[in-house]
Amino acid sequence: MLEIRNLHVQIEDKKILNGLSLTVNDGEVAAIMGPNGSGKSTLSYVIAGKEDYEVLDGEILLDGQNLLEMEPDARAAAGVFLAFQYPLEIPGVATMTFLKAALNAQRKARGEGELSTPEFMKKVRAGAERLHIPQDMLKRALNVGFSGGEKKRMEILQMALLEPRFCILDETDSGLDIDALKIAADGVNALRDPKRSFLVITHYQRLLNYIVPDTVHVMANGRVVKSGGKELALELEANGYADYRSQAA
Amino acid sequence: MPAVQETVEQVRSIDVDQYKYGFITDIEVDKAPKGLNEDIVRFISARKGDPEWMTEWRLDAFRRWLTMQEPTWARVEYPPIDFQDLYYYAAPKKKAGPQSLDEVDPAILETYKKLGIPLREQEILAGVQTSKVAVDAVFDSVSVVTTFKEELKKAGVIFCSISEAIREHPDLVRQYLGSVVPVTDNFYATLNSAVFTDGSFVYVPPGVRCPMELSTYFRINEKNTGQFERTLIIADKGSYVSYLEGCTAPQRDENQLHAAVVELIALDDAEIKYSTVQNWYPGDSEGKGGVYNFVTKRGDCRGKNAKISWTQVETGSAITWKYPSCILRGDGSRGEFYSIAVSNGYQQVDSGTKMIHLGKNTTSRIISKGISAGFSQNTYRGLVSAHRKASGARNFTNCDSLLIGDKCGAHTVPYIESKNASAIFEHEATTSKISEDQLFYCQQRGLSEEEATALIVNGFVKDVLQQLPMEFAVEAQKLISISLEGSVG
Amino acid sequence: MAQVTPMRTAAETQLLDLFPAVKARLPGAAEPRQQAYDAFAKAGLPHRRVEAWKYTDLRASLREAAPLADAPSAAVLGEVRTKAAPFAGLGPALAIVDGMFEPSLSDLHGMPAGVQAVGLAGALGTGHALAAQVGQAAQADDAVLALNAALMTDGVILRVAAGTQLERPLVVRFVRTGSQARAAFTRVLLVVEEGASLTLAETHEGPAGVGHQDNTVVEVITGDKATVQHVRLNADGGGAVDLSTLGVKLGADCAFTSFALVTAPALTRHQIFVTFAGENSRVSLNGGALLKGRQHADTTLVVNHAVPHCESRELYKHVLDGEATGVFQGKIIVEPHAQKTDGQMMSQAVLLGDNATMNNKPELEIFADDVVCAHGATCGQLDDDLLFYLRARGLPKPDAEALMLQAFVGEALEKVEDESIRDVLEGVVEAWLRARL
Repeated sequence: MLEIRNLHVQIEDKKILNGLSLTVNDGEVAAIMGPNGSGKSTLSYVIAGKEDYEVLDGEILLDGQNLLEMEPDARAAAGVFLAFQYPLEIPGVATMTFLKAALNAQRKARGEGELSTPEFMKKVRAGAERLHIPQDMLKRALNVGFSGGEKKRMEILQMALLEPRFCILDETDSGLDIDALKIAADGVNALRDPKRSFLVITHYQRLLNYIVPDTVHVMANGRVVKSGGKELALELEANGYADYRSQAA
Repeated sequence: MPAVQETVEQVRSIDVDQYKYGFITDIEVDKAPKGLNEDIVRFISARKGDPEWMTEWRLDAFRRWLTMQEPTWARVEYPPIDFQDLYYYAAPKKKAGPQSLDEVDPAILETYKKLGIPLREQEILAGVQTSKVAVDAVFDSVSVVTTFKEELKKAGVIFCSISEAIREHPDLVRQYLGSVVPVTDNFYATLNSAVFTDGSFVYVPPGVRCPMELSTYFRINEKNTGQFERTLIIADKGSYVSYLEGCTAPQRDENQLHAAVVELIALDDAEIKYSTVQNWYPGDSEGKGGVYNFVTKRGDCRGKNAKISWTQVETGSAITWKYPSCILRGDGSRGEFYSIAVSNGYQQVDSGTKMIHLGKNTTSRIISKGISAGFSQNTYRGLVSAHRKASGARNFTNCDSLLIGDKCGAHTVPYIESKNASAIFEHEATTSKISEDQLFYCQQRGLSEEEATALIVNGFVKDVLQQLPMEFAVEAQKLISISLEGSVG
Repeated sequence: MAQVTPMRTAAETQLLDLFPAVKARLPGAAEPRQQAYDAFAKAGLPHRRVEAWKYTDLRASLREAAPLADAPSAAVLGEVRTKAAPFAGLGPALAIVDGMFEPSLSDLHGMPAGVQAVGLAGALGTGHALAAQVGQAAQADDAVLALNAALMTDGVILRVAAGTQLERPLVVRFVRTGSQARAAFTRVLLVVEEGASLTLAETHEGPAGVGHQDNTVVEVITGDKATVQHVRLNADGGGAVDLSTLGVKLGADCAFTSFALVTAPALTRHQIFVTFAGENSRVSLNGGALLKGRQHADTTLVVNHAVPHCESRELYKHVLDGEATGVFQGKIIVEPHAQKTDGQMMSQAVLLGDNATMNNKPELEIFADDVVCAHGATCGQLDDDLLFYLRARGLPKPDAEALMLQAFVGEALEKVEDESIRDVLEGVVEAWLRARL
């Protein structure tokens, strides 16, 4: 279970999150929606532990463990996975090498043994197939020269491989056409599990047709201003964010 | 930038003092008196059993050296060297020169074992070492042993110490020695010509593909001793040889001088691949001690379609001053230079290459990756030139620098000179640091900051690592991580 | 061993003799001139062992130092008046003829509001307030710059008041006359106050085939938020030996762009020293050289990022026919703490003549880690495939080449924002290419 309590965050003296509170239960898929600049991406970075953000107050607990006191890699080992809106390119590092290094680092941190190469290969191949990722892409340098859709699928593949407890999808739908979106959503849906929860960050309702959320939270000016079921997303689609903007201000 | 700051601190605090090869071997040595004059040159020549022509050659070089000045153009700083305060000859006592393994002082064999260099052929044959590499081991001033000589002999390949070659193959040596790096080429090369004590000699006959990798391992052990080795490799028409060179030195407070000369000659359709992993003692974390590595390496593609390829991984030495170069004389010849230079602590690196296009349709390629950390200065200095007759010459150069920390420097000084309208030269260079976003991305996937840095650095140098023979590549990758992270062990 | 002092060449001796002979009549304080002269006397003419002059050996190529030009007579001025200047009519112009600022040929009364123009000699002589800034932007340990500091006879000081926005370019003409080779040492100082914006265009004009020697310095000092476009044209036979220095010192939030076009002189050396003194400024240095015969053109620039958050861009194009030589040396320095520096430099050359030479030396000298710097250099021929494509469309080879070369140089020319000036420069390039057909 992830609990965020009264989170206040600023970056370079600019306040982004203003007392945000949110609970995501095991097995729950929670969607966060909100207008641009409402702090959605900031929330994802703060959970994952990006340095530039200054947490002024509040806490983030994953199964009772305070994430804010942990390094980003320790959070990853604890089960936090962030699918980046803009995945980074790492020249010269083969995707396969990277995946193996990440997986084994996490296993080591959790006190598990390293995966043997054949076991690892089998796992990657199965995941890649499901996501329509060709083998030669795995040999290329990570994300270098990948299209937007390929990068997003690579994020989902990593998610499948690392088997996190808590997944954040930051605008995974941005820049994807409808076919790519379906593939990505299928990948995510296959990972739904009573022990795994998701935080799906999106600006549009479209993605939620494919990844159907249990709860929907509306963010404005750095706080959750309304929570509800999946029907809330449809309501937003029809009426826009205008009401919430004024409400929060 | 706290994330990066931490890496920076880690890197800066590196315990260079944990240099893995810093032990000293306690053996008895035969030394020439300190200092340098004609008598010392004669002493060295006599100890090496030189024929008269060689003694004269040395003396001629020495007299010329007296009129020369140390070069000052490189971006390196060091206190003046007192050339009279050095020993120019030190040899393990017992019979000098190559000998059977059983005669080698066990302490020396132990040294090489510690260094991970197998000198016992039977061990290699017994499969202790997976691949076959013939080794010439040079300890201070002399070659102590050369392995696999018999097997090489069958193929017609001559692989021995240069002193042995001077005695046994004088015609080859006289024809080629000093023909690529002339006696008066530069201050250090001239000094080397006067006092070189040993090194390796390779001759590969026409049409022969050398059946195994050849390797020399250089080790400076004695205190205050300059090491001046001389390597000469000749690949006759249509032959191929791959040669590996490794270097270490004990950890000492004084600076040690190493001034080697390497000459490569490739005749028609021949190919020489020369790889170096240089890990001389870099000095301690305060910049005290370390090897001054002033080396002249040059290859001459003397024949048509000859090819010479230099690959170097430079992680050691307090000061590195070296520019492995190619003279592309034969039409259609090709030169390559692949380099990784890592500097940390107070190391200073000024390294690069020269590609001199003289023949028609000659091609060259330069890939240089510099990584600066700590308080180090890392300079790439290179020359690409096409002479009037070098029609159709081609060069591609890529120099990238990576900075880790804000107390170090990365510099790029290329000279690109074309005197031929049909020559096409392309040069590109970049300088950057590891991006915080990349680091965060890797950490988000569970890698620690150190692991993430190593991973990204390895990606950065991958193009060059690929050029190394497999065993060397693995070793080199480890060395780079060690140099940068201090996780010695 | 002692360092050998090379023998003085004839030109060096002549230059060394020149200063004592004329110093009494040079304007301004004597001491800085004497110091500069001493510096030159110590260094001598630059030669190939001086790293910054590696490819332009002035000691070898300057056989004779020409005597100082005489002040122009009324008849000479009359002649100059009848000649059309390259940038005629594009903006108010100031003329420096044979080393002397010439008010009668200058639009002193037509200067726009906010622009103050005074003769350099007068300003130095009377201790004008602006004269104190002479030498502030062009600072380097360089013998040619020292010669100018010792021997400059006259020039112009321009001040553009805070907030002034000039629509039309300010033109400065360096004019040479006479059929005997003479030397001129001149200097222009442009002081741009906060928030001002302008284009400064210099032209170098003179008779073809006369071995005039020019040593000019242009200094630009700006306050914060200034925008300066600088253009230099030497296509008209001005100074057969043309040594020039551009010194730029920028405040914060400034934009400085320069473009230099060379087609005429036998030997040019254009050196640029840029210092960022304030943050968030941008510099774009560009140039084109179209050379033939045995012409030699050298561009040497040093961009010093002394403060964080600045950006520099360089783009240089050489077209080398015959036995011409092109030289590009560019150095980007990033000082410690000059974080977030963004520097990109490119030099490209096309060799048309079999005996043409191009020497490129792009350098990076970096002492800060959070930077993005890159340089590139290419030299070669025109792209064969593209040439073939154009010919397959019916263009004769020379026309196809001309078209491609125009596009090649055009990439750098595009950086000139003032359209009227750019038109003139494009015309010069076209004329050079037409002459090849």
